[in-house]
Amino acid sequence: MNGPRVPLFLERQSYRRRRLVDASRAVPVFGIILFFVPLLWPQPEPGEATGLAERGIYLFLAWGLLVAVTGVISVRLQSRLQEGAPEERAEGKDVL
Amino acid sequence: MGRHVLLIEDEPNITEAMRFILARDGWTVSSHADGATAVNAVSRAKPDVVVLDVMLPGRSGYDILRDLRANPDTKALPVMMLTARGQVRDRERAESFGVSHFMTKPFSNREVLDTLNSLLGT
Amino acid sequence: MSFDLLVSVSLVYVGLLFVIAYWAERRALRGGVRWLRSPLVYTLSLSIYCTAWTFYGAVGYASRSGLEFLTIYIGPTLVLIGWWWCLRKLVRIGRSQRITSIADLISSRYGKSALLGGMVTVIAVVGTTPYLALQLQSVTLSFGVFAEGTPGSFPVPDQRATAIWVAGGMAVFAILFGTRNVDANERHHGVVTAIALEALVKLFALLAVGSFIVWGVAGGIGEVAARINASPLAEIPLDRSRWLALIFVSGAAILVLPRMFQVLVVENEDERHLATASWAFPLYLAAMSVFVIPIAAVGMSELPSWANPDLFVLTLPLAHGHDMLALLAFLGGFSSATSMVIVAAIALATMISNHIVLPLWLSLRAEAPGNLRAVLLTSRRLSIAGVLALGYVYYVWSGGGRELAAIGFVSFTGVVQVMPAAVGGIFWRGATRIGAAAGVSLGAAVWAYTLFLPSFGEGVVFSAATFADGPFGIGWLRPHALFGIEGLDPVVHSVIWSMAVNCAGFLLGSIASFPTPVERLQGAQFVNVFDYSRGPRGWSQSKAEAEDLLIMAQRILGPREAQDLFAAEARIQGKAGFLPDTTPDFLDRLERELAGSVGAATAHAMIGQIAIGTTVSVEDLMAVADEAAQIMEHSIQLQAKSEELSRTARQLREANQKLTELSVQKDSFLGQISHELRTPMTSIRAFSEILMDSEGMEAQERQRFAAIIHDEAQRLTRLLDALLDLSVLEHGQASLNRESVRLRDVIARALAATGSINPDRGLAVRRDTLDEDILICTDTDRLAQVFINIIANARKYCDAAEPQLRIAVQRRGGKVSVDFIDNGSGIPVQSQSVIFEKFCRLSDQSAAGSAGLGLAICREIMQKLGGAITYLPGQGGAAFRVTLPVESAEKAA
Repeated sequence: MNGPRVPLFLERQSYRRRRLVDASRAVPVFGIILFFVPLLWPQPEPGEATGLAERGIYLFLAWGLLVAVTGVISVRLQSRLQEGAPEERAEGKDVL
Repeated sequence: MGRHVLLIEDEPNITEAMRFILARDGWTVSSHADGATAVNAVSRAKPDVVVLDVMLPGRSGYDILRDLRANPDTKALPVMMLTARGQVRDRERAESFGVSHFMTKPFSNREVLDTLNSLLGT
Repeated sequence: MSFDLLVSVSLVYVGLLFVIAYWAERRALRGGVRWLRSPLVYTLSLSIYCTAWTFYGAVGYASRSGLEFLTIYIGPTLVLIGWWWCLRKLVRIGRSQRITSIADLISSRYGKSALLGGMVTVIAVVGTTPYLALQLQSVTLSFGVFAEGTPGSFPVPDQRATAIWVAGGMAVFAILFGTRNVDANERHHGVVTAIALEALVKLFALLAVGSFIVWGVAGGIGEVAARINASPLAEIPLDRSRWLALIFVSGAAILVLPRMFQVLVVENEDERHLATASWAFPLYLAAMSVFVIPIAAVGMSELPSWANPDLFVLTLPLAHGHDMLALLAFLGGFSSATSMVIVAAIALATMISNHIVLPLWLSLRAEAPGNLRAVLLTSRRLSIAGVLALGYVYYVWSGGGRELAAIGFVSFTGVVQVMPAAVGGIFWRGATRIGAAAGVSLGAAVWAYTLFLPSFGEGVVFSAATFADGPFGIGWLRPHALFGIEGLDPVVHSVIWSMAVNCAGFLLGSIASFPTPVERLQGAQFVNVFDYSRGPRGWSQSKAEAEDLLIMAQRILGPREAQDLFAAEARIQGKAGFLPDTTPDFLDRLERELAGSVGAATAHAMIGQIAIGTTVSVEDLMAVADEAAQIMEHSIQLQAKSEELSRTARQLREANQKLTELSVQKDSFLGQISHELRTPMTSIRAFSEILMDSEGMEAQERQRFAAIIHDEAQRLTRLLDALLDLSVLEHGQASLNRESVRLRDVIARALAATGSINPDRGLAVRRDTLDEDILICTDTDRLAQVFINIIANARKYCDAAEPQLRIAVQRRGGKVSVDFIDNGSGIPVQSQSVIFEKFCRLSDQSAAGSAGLGLAICREIMQKLGGAITYLPGQGGAAFRVTLPVESAEKAA
């Protein structure tokens, strides 16, 4: 199953769209890193406070950051997708 | 001054009958039975009128008539055609070649005499 | 606050939901769905993820486990912001394959496997039932809070009665708006609109309570932060294994929870809505959870220690005397519970009716059902009622005494067993039905053993001894410590084991088995969905669609017909031009039009492809192939017919030509006959007239003329005889009198008969009577007639000085040949081919009295006798060969 040949260099618009897709794919990776930071936090000794409020604030700030970045990328991607550019053909393909 | 008629007819009995009738009426009668040489026979005999059968051995009566009409000497020669195939097509064909009179066999003797006489205007 | 007020508010609220749903449903029917189905509504509809578990339970969860409650929202957040990886594909597949549920997804992916569909459905029902119970429990608990708050004026409600009312009401709503139609795409505008509204209500309620706590009670953000850090919450350690495991489970759950699949994939109107939801839904989740810790911290410090933290959202405003805020919070919780229950019931009902009831019903009834739609609707309505009844039974049975979050995780972990098969199926073409079934069933079994059954508590399903020492004392089978791995949290333990077993079964099963053709096709379509389906369309969607449809219709119907059809539709819709709105009515009509040209299945697939954005499924392809085969067969028949037609036409042409030729022949034959008849008649008539007018004629002459008349009359008679003879022979009416005779005798007879012809010219006949001594079986008279004709011809026409006729008889092969050869000049080459034709005469002089029919008659006779007469060239004279079949000779001999 060989799709039509994918050109080597893309015009500017398609190029931007591809980078946006790359960014969109990268966001959850950063999300995982940000949300796995709590694994590194020291465990509180019995009777000792942990600065729970600060930790919560960190998580919600991370959350907000992810939402903002995703929002920007999605809105841009959305407007570019509307232009009807064909889907990338290289993705999600394996040959049986 | 006799009237000369040339019979071009291949059936001997018919030729004999006509010869008898016409001779009795005062005609000079000569006859010819072959189609191929008929045109020459006409030129040689110089008849006042020709009686021409259609179905002749060697050449058809129509061809002979056409040749006669093409020749200036015989162009105006009265020709009466006789045929046993009495179909309309044959009559039309003969007329298109310039026949003077077209008659179907069998004929009545009176009719033959009257026609030939009228063709000569006597 | 009075109970009546509470009930009235609830009823008014429910009534409002009914009205909203009804209105949206009506709008959708009239085609005005664009804003109803905006990205915002889509995002809000996803909020059914936040059930009463979130609304009430999150605070309770936080007060017990600190920040851990966030895992339930972080998982979905990661999945949503990573939408390009997985959700986008899932949604595309769902749309293009017209997927109706998670069970349908898996069943479709693995070659329409009814078994898998059923398995997934059972797991979904089992996994969801506790969850439904949870919602009923939360609603009854919240009623209970108000009852406790005002013991005097309140008739303490029976909790079970409350639960029954709630469950019944939800069932009515779900049935009313969830089973209005059995649509191919299973979308429910009314329900989605209502749950979007509920999403706003619960968000607003929680934010209101949270704001009240932070600014109204604690006195600002800084104060709250200080109170949080001072609260017991701050001392709760973070369980790292649970943090990881729960993020994973909740992230997986949002993909495969039946209700989430329903709103995420099935109810999705436009793929681009997903782009909006990718950031808006995480934002919603964050907003829903941002006040949880403050509420928990404040609640723990302000309320007595016996207060149920699961109900802080209600009890805190009540404790501060804000009844209206509490009422709002109650409505928020009520919204959370109802929206979840309704969607879950609809999703489960779809799965039950499509994957359990229908297959069973169809297999039980041999004949094709008349009205499948009615069966489906009924089964769905019953399923909704059944699902809610199940939830109620579970609620009653479990006693409703347990913390909300725990039930939630049991449920999540169960449903997530479907995830490897679902996600693996859309990314890996090698996944097979066997692998999926193995993974799902093994995972579900492990889950049931390690988490679900133990969740009922000691002594219900498993005894305390089983927990402590394993079943029958087998230590490594302890439900919470499989293979002796101890010390893990039960949920983590279950997640790890069930997922490990599940994935191992899925992988090994897939690798070891071989997929069926349908499975492989479906696998390719699912995994490579972006190659097979269309991307999202532009904003002017309906216009683009209409144009595409017009282009396609033109190709099929022809430009004029298609344009007329479109223009007429546009006129009906009150629009100018050729591009009408693609209303369902119009699509139906167009499909019917196209079906007339290309077949129903093909038309359906084409319209679906363009107007609905679905790809062609395997069944579609098969139906199309069937149609194509039929069309091909039809065209083959047509071709055969047209060949037959052209053959017939050719035959007709030939027959016509033959007739024309015959007509020409007949004309010339008639002309010939006319000539042959008229010629003797001319002589007869002429001589008769001469005789009638016979004065002065000699008697001798008169006698001669009479003789001529007689001859010509005889000639006429002969001619008529010959014609009759020929006619009889040609029309097959001649009967043959076969008899045995010696060839010699026949020849002698013929010679004798012709002796009188031209007696003056003596014809010498040479023959070998020994050769002629052959016995033949034939019609003697007819054969003699042929010989007479030939001999007479020789007598008449042989022009040699001393005419001679040689008769030679030979037996050659199977035939006897008789050659008649004279020594005359013979027949010219060019005439040899025509001598057997009628009226053929070569010479004139001696032909008098002959009509030229003799040889034609001879030919006819010889054909009758099974022989032939031919001219034999190159014999030095006229030569005729008569051949007779030897069979007749042998027979006689």
